[in-house]
Amino acid sequence: MTTLLKIIKYQLHDLLRGKWFIIYTAVFFLLTDGLFRFGGDPGQVSLSLMNVVLFIIPLVSIVFGTMFFYNSREFMELLLSQPISRVALFLGLYLGLTLPLSAVYLIGVGIPFMYHAGIMTGGYWILLLVGVSLTWVFTALAFFIAVLSEQRVKGIGMTIVLWLFFAILYDGIILFILFALEEYPLEKLTLILSLFNPIDLGRILMLLQFDIAALMGYTGALFSKFYGNMFGSAVAVLALWTWVATPVWLGYRAFSRKDF
Amino acid sequence: MMSSGLHAGLVQVGANYPQTTISQGLEVSTPGDTLMVHSGTYRERALVVPHQLTLIGQNNPVIDGNFEGEILTVTADNVTIEGITFKGSGLSHLDENAAIRFEETQGGRVSNNIFEDNFFAVYISQSEKCLIENNIIKGQAKTESRSGNGIHLWYSKDVTIRGNYISGHRDGIYLEFVEQCVVTTNHSTKNLRYGLHFMFSNHNEYNNNQFDMNGAGVAVMYSRHVDMHNNVFADNWGSSAYGLLLKDIYDSNISDNQFSRNTVGLYSEACNRIQVEENDFENNGWAVKIMANSMDNVFTRNNFLANTFDIATNSRQNFNAFSQNYWNRYRGYDMDKDGIGDVPFRPVKLFSLLTEKNEPALMLMRSIFVEIMDLAESYLPILTPATLIDEEPLMRMNQ
Repeated sequence: MTTLLKIIKYQLHDLLRGKWFIIYTAVFFLLTDGLFRFGGDPGQVSLSLMNVVLFIIPLVSIVFGTMFFYNSREFMELLLSQPISRVALFLGLYLGLTLPLSAVYLIGVGIPFMYHAGIMTGGYWILLLVGVSLTWVFTALAFFIAVLSEQRVKGIGMTIVLWLFFAILYDGIILFILFALEEYPLEKLTLILSLFNPIDLGRILMLLQFDIAALMGYTGALFSKFYGNMFGSAVAVLALWTWVATPVWLGYRAFSRKDF
Repeated sequence: MMSSGLHAGLVQVGANYPQTTISQGLEVSTPGDTLMVHSGTYRERALVVPHQLTLIGQNNPVIDGNFEGEILTVTADNVTIEGITFKGSGLSHLDENAAIRFEETQGGRVSNNIFEDNFFAVYISQSEKCLIENNIIKGQAKTESRSGNGIHLWYSKDVTIRGNYISGHRDGIYLEFVEQCVVTTNHSTKNLRYGLHFMFSNHNEYNNNQFDMNGAGVAVMYSRHVDMHNNVFADNWGSSAYGLLLKDIYDSNISDNQFSRNTVGLYSEACNRIQVEENDFENNGWAVKIMANSMDNVFTRNNFLANTFDIATNSRQNFNAFSQNYWNRYRGYDMDKDGIGDVPFRPVKLFSLLTEKNEPALMLMRSIFVEIMDLAESYLPILTPATLIDEEPLMRMNQ
């Protein structure tokens, strides 16, 4: 446990020295603040931020996560020559990246929200929750890929393909399925399909906060009924957690067997 | 008998008066009398006003029908009912029991009364020149089949409905086969089905009303020459809720209304020659849904603000005109500074067309894939109606 904390601490030092984090914070901060200054109403700011959150966070997390893992190669080899468990090292690297990334997002978006709109704005918490969850999910996926693939270029290429799949292609496939099976009742299917893509899951959780009027049709009613009650929220949170835990576990399994 | 003779034209009813019940009062009254009902609770029903009479409540008397049958039926002309609280007309699946019913009369007036927990509150049947004003009508409707309407007009003419507050009924105001009526400054809210419901009623007007939080909004069906202006349609949310639902409406006018936060602001099916002018549509799921069987409708100088979808339709064909509206989504420019954008605006998004055909596709709303598709379609329209265009979109909001 202490080794884990030590590794996380070292990571934090290392990352905070780089300029990446300052830029990432500044982008979120200026964007949120700017949207408030130009747009005004917190609802619209949340909506605009939602697109950024769903687009940028997965991309940055997955690309930066892979690069980070490849760059830590020598550090890993050094530490593995010491009597340090691989669990501690892997989780240390993972948490050492996700914790600062999440913190940066929370600061960049949270602070402007606080002084422009107050923290009790509807949809604010869900926006933060989805942003943080997506950071964790896509960093985990990045690590998994980086462990599997020795070659940098191949690894980064794979992460971008994976991002493209979740961010864009998956929805295209859903649309295709919906029209191919038009004659059947599809509401339950859409509900299930939404659980298999963390970006869609985050998007729907946010939609239920913002676009309530349009979602009052049968599909929307079904979604808000499902995600609105305790069971549905539990399923959504569980699904997001599964999306974090599975790649972390798979990544660790590959990492523990990897021959450095 | 004596009292009516002594006080020519005035019959008093109350615990301390010769007539202790309203039915006694009605019995001794002669045409043209004033029947003054003093405070107290009268457990009476099936009362009939057979001749011209003015019923006035003093200090809020209550007539309690005990949820059985009808309370008061008027069969004579020029009857006025004022200042009385009516409670509990009986629920029935066979009869439309009302607190007050006007049956084949003229010149009736119902004003400043309170109606609580009635099946139907005011029922005007085959009557003319009536006035219903400033009443407070509250029901406790729970299901549509076990509830009646607040104000119900059937086969009537020249009726004015003004300044009433109606809530908790099936339909707030219901008009069927009614002509030349004016519905104005009413507030109809939290009714189970429609705030206002028109059927087969031509040449009517309703203005300055507020309809909000009703189960399905306001419905105007199978009518001609209906004028609707300065009304507020708000907060009608639900799987089949509309701010204003139009079905088979011809030659009507909808102007200066406000549609806010409805699932569908304005829904039009098989409507022809309607002028939709200078309305505000804001924060609706769909501002306007116009089915392809609607023709020759004109949408002009309306404001469309922050709706999830501005216009939705179910076909590639379009036989309606849109011009000089303000769309907050419009991103064009105005080189000659005449306040009209130089690039036409296409209010129908591909995605709204897709969801119209396949409702579950709604789950993809705001997904990046959909945004890309919409963008591509807006530059190169293939599936969206090619002629549904605002050629002259306004650069600034129409005040």
